[in-house]
Amino acid sequence: MSERIVIDPVTRIEGHLKIEVEINNGVVTDAWSSGTLFRGIETILKGREPEEAWLLTQRLCGVCTYIHGVSSVRSVENALGLSVPQNARLVRNLLTGGLYVHDHPVHFYHLSALDWVDIVSALSASPAATESLAYSLSPNAPAIDFAATQVDLRSFVDSGKLGPFAGGYWGHSAYTLSPEENLLFAAHYLHALRQQVKAGRMHAIFGGKNPHVQSLRVGGVTCKDEITSSRISQFRNILNEMRHFIDTIYLPDVQHLATAYPDWAGIGGFKNYLAFGEFQMSDSDPGELFLPCGVIMNKNIDQIEDVMLGQINEHVQHSWYEGNTARYPQNGETVPNYTGYDTADRYSWLKAPRYNGQPMEVGPLARVLVAYGLGQPQVVAAVDQFLNAANLTIADMHSTMGRAAARAIETKVIADQMGAWLDQLKRGATAMVSTSIPATASGFGLNEAPRGALGHWINIEGGKIGNYQMVVPSTWNLGPRCASGDRGPVEEALIGTPVVDAEKPIEILRIVHSYDPCIACAVHVTDNDRDSHYIVKAV
Amino acid sequence: MADTLKKTLDPQLNRRGFIKGCTMAAAALGLSETMVPKLVEAATSAQRPPVVWLHFQECTGCTETLLRASHPDLARLLLDVISLDYHETVMAAAGHQAEQLLHDTIKNHEGKFLLIVEGGIPLAEDGIYCKIAGKTAKDILAEVAPKSAAVIAIGACAAFGGIQAAKPNPTGAVGVRDLVTDKPVINISGCPFNPISLLGTILHYLTFNRLPELDSLGRPLFAYGRRIHDHCERRAHFDEGRFVEQFGDDFHKQGYCLYKVGCKGPETFANCPSVRFNNVDVWPVSVGHGCVGCTEPNFWDTMTPFYDRLPNVSIPATGIVEDADSVGRKVLGVTAAAIGIHAAVGVGKRLVKGKGKSEE
Repeated sequence: MSERIVIDPVTRIEGHLKIEVEINNGVVTDAWSSGTLFRGIETILKGREPEEAWLLTQRLCGVCTYIHGVSSVRSVENALGLSVPQNARLVRNLLTGGLYVHDHPVHFYHLSALDWVDIVSALSASPAATESLAYSLSPNAPAIDFAATQVDLRSFVDSGKLGPFAGGYWGHSAYTLSPEENLLFAAHYLHALRQQVKAGRMHAIFGGKNPHVQSLRVGGVTCKDEITSSRISQFRNILNEMRHFIDTIYLPDVQHLATAYPDWAGIGGFKNYLAFGEFQMSDSDPGELFLPCGVIMNKNIDQIEDVMLGQINEHVQHSWYEGNTARYPQNGETVPNYTGYDTADRYSWLKAPRYNGQPMEVGPLARVLVAYGLGQPQVVAAVDQFLNAANLTIADMHSTMGRAAARAIETKVIADQMGAWLDQLKRGATAMVSTSIPATASGFGLNEAPRGALGHWINIEGGKIGNYQMVVPSTWNLGPRCASGDRGPVEEALIGTPVVDAEKPIEILRIVHSYDPCIACAVHVTDNDRDSHYIVKAV
Repeated sequence: MADTLKKTLDPQLNRRGFIKGCTMAAAALGLSETMVPKLVEAATSAQRPPVVWLHFQECTGCTETLLRASHPDLARLLLDVISLDYHETVMAAAGHQAEQLLHDTIKNHEGKFLLIVEGGIPLAEDGIYCKIAGKTAKDILAEVAPKSAAVIAIGACAAFGGIQAAKPNPTGAVGVRDLVTDKPVINISGCPFNPISLLGTILHYLTFNRLPELDSLGRPLFAYGRRIHDHCERRAHFDEGRFVEQFGDDFHKQGYCLYKVGCKGPETFANCPSVRFNNVDVWPVSVGHGCVGCTEPNFWDTMTPFYDRLPNVSIPATGIVEDADSVGRKVLGVTAAAIGIHAAVGVGKRLVKGKGKSEE
């Protein structure tokens, strides 16, 4: 009764990921997560200028654009002992916030919704009944012509060219929404596609373009004099429109999905969480954060521990790198060594980071649970409101649906806060301090990518980059087993999942997508020895 | 279909937005306004040519750029203009159903589908650094490209290898043109590219059934035919010798030319200053940061250090190739010594250090 199934490529993610599971009697009993892309960015950074590292690291990921840039400038600022001026702190908060407000809805509608919504079923919906449903879920939502959406979908299907909707698991018994619910979500999929275009403009206003902003600088931001009344009000108009979208479409949709799929509040959960925290609230104390940092072990949100960076080690026992030694990132010593895909041995380009020896989930759920446990008032209010509306408890958050919920909840909390940062911007005020790179220094920059805790470590040697390390969210979440053989978070979260049809393993996709995998970020190499030679065995 | 769609998405604005997109594309392509109806007709012909979009060594920033297009937006592009049959970031199918779709598309539309490639292709160690469904990127490209009608290499990575190809290029990454020689390959470079450049290329292809004219690097001339420096809004400051000497100084506040703090506009060909980004009238120079030269081949090596200035830039009107320091000295009375600028060759031998000590 035991069989192995492989999903490769896992689509609707960033990067290249392969998931293999073992199924016994219709239930997942083992799982392996494999990153199948390697780029070597950290090696490329060596010998370059510390001040320009951010331009390169930002290219780790175009989905979580900007965030690797700001981690990088922070790592150099930390090495130099610099604080940035208030306007720079605020612009960075607004850019980070803009990223969340863009990225989370895109994940919900365009990367994960098709795991829950049957597009083909929407064709048999009653548009009038869909209209009533939409009104009952959210009376203030913008009016959408569901009949026209249905006609569009119909002619799209009738043309025989399904484009990105081809080959889905349509008709699978795991799709339990009514045709009207499916039509509602299909229409919102298209609506959100347009809305995210606008969200990206928030980045462009203070960043010059999106993806890949170009206004950061070690010591601050370059866009000092572009902070004008008209730019601020332009930003505010988009922000307010996004807040309306979040309040009347995104949050109600996630709440509705949670009530429609109650079983999924009990499937795909994990137990340990790590958050570095983000959004600096003070010019003098970089530790004063809007979303706090903390560690949760074994789901115990009543006891949030401080984050001790020294507890982080990266394991390579099951990854395509030389050696078996787990190391603190700053002392990373890694040489790629591809030995072929073997789930009994090495099977991923991702390393396996551990905190105090334990696998940790990072991301929206980690941030929201840490903030909730520490009593962050906006998060507590938003979580309680959501749980009440979706008829769930806080214990249900440790689940696939909990991740979707946490994503929507923090999007609201952050978007609602962003207006205050806009208000605090001072037109014409200094946005940058001058810098001078010393011969030798080291520092780190932490923050929260939408996908989770992110850290960059830099060693400056001879005024250049001597060593550069990054420990990124999807490495935590999607990494393989560690030296002791313990599974990574997504591997563990998959255990016990019922799979109705091994040919169409939609249940696996629901869990994997709930982590919002970002593999280009996750796969990288560090190498302390400039002269070392890569030893790579061909398969 | 177009009629129903305009009701679905932003009533009224949608159709108008699409015509606006075609108008922008016509302008970008250098076509007369009278061509706009023809572009619209070609784009909405209901033929919806099949498009296969492959991802290799990339950051998905180019896909995100596609998502950010607004004339037309992606919803309209998908519903009306093209049939996006394979695109791993947006497609519903996964695993072997996804593989099957790729297989079916290239078989059923052999010689007819447009192939768009995002990302570099690693060649070192026989391509093991990027595998999808058990196949290496180079094998997938070798299988799919010969069956396409034409190939668009989208973004810096597919065009020229991109960031992973920067020294020391640990994975041996290359661009599409290094591998595909028997099909037309058009490079829409940039990190990321500008959506209007892709739209213009696709509309040109649909309207005239051929690709637009290319420069020697395979880039469409309509988008990459002019130097950034020659149509930059800060050009007057350059001509008058008004430069930002360091970030955050009074000259930076005045919006002076960013050349001395590293702007690579004088050696970069792209339409950024004219078409700008995200429909909010911005581009990097407008937010106080120099161009990094991202549309040029190997810019991660040839344009770095990014905050050092290019040497030997010719001064317009005089025709004299002169050092920008002396220009600044003449006009503003700022001496090189006072601001610590010394001309010495930097990394890559193409750059002059704009800061630091004289012994460098």
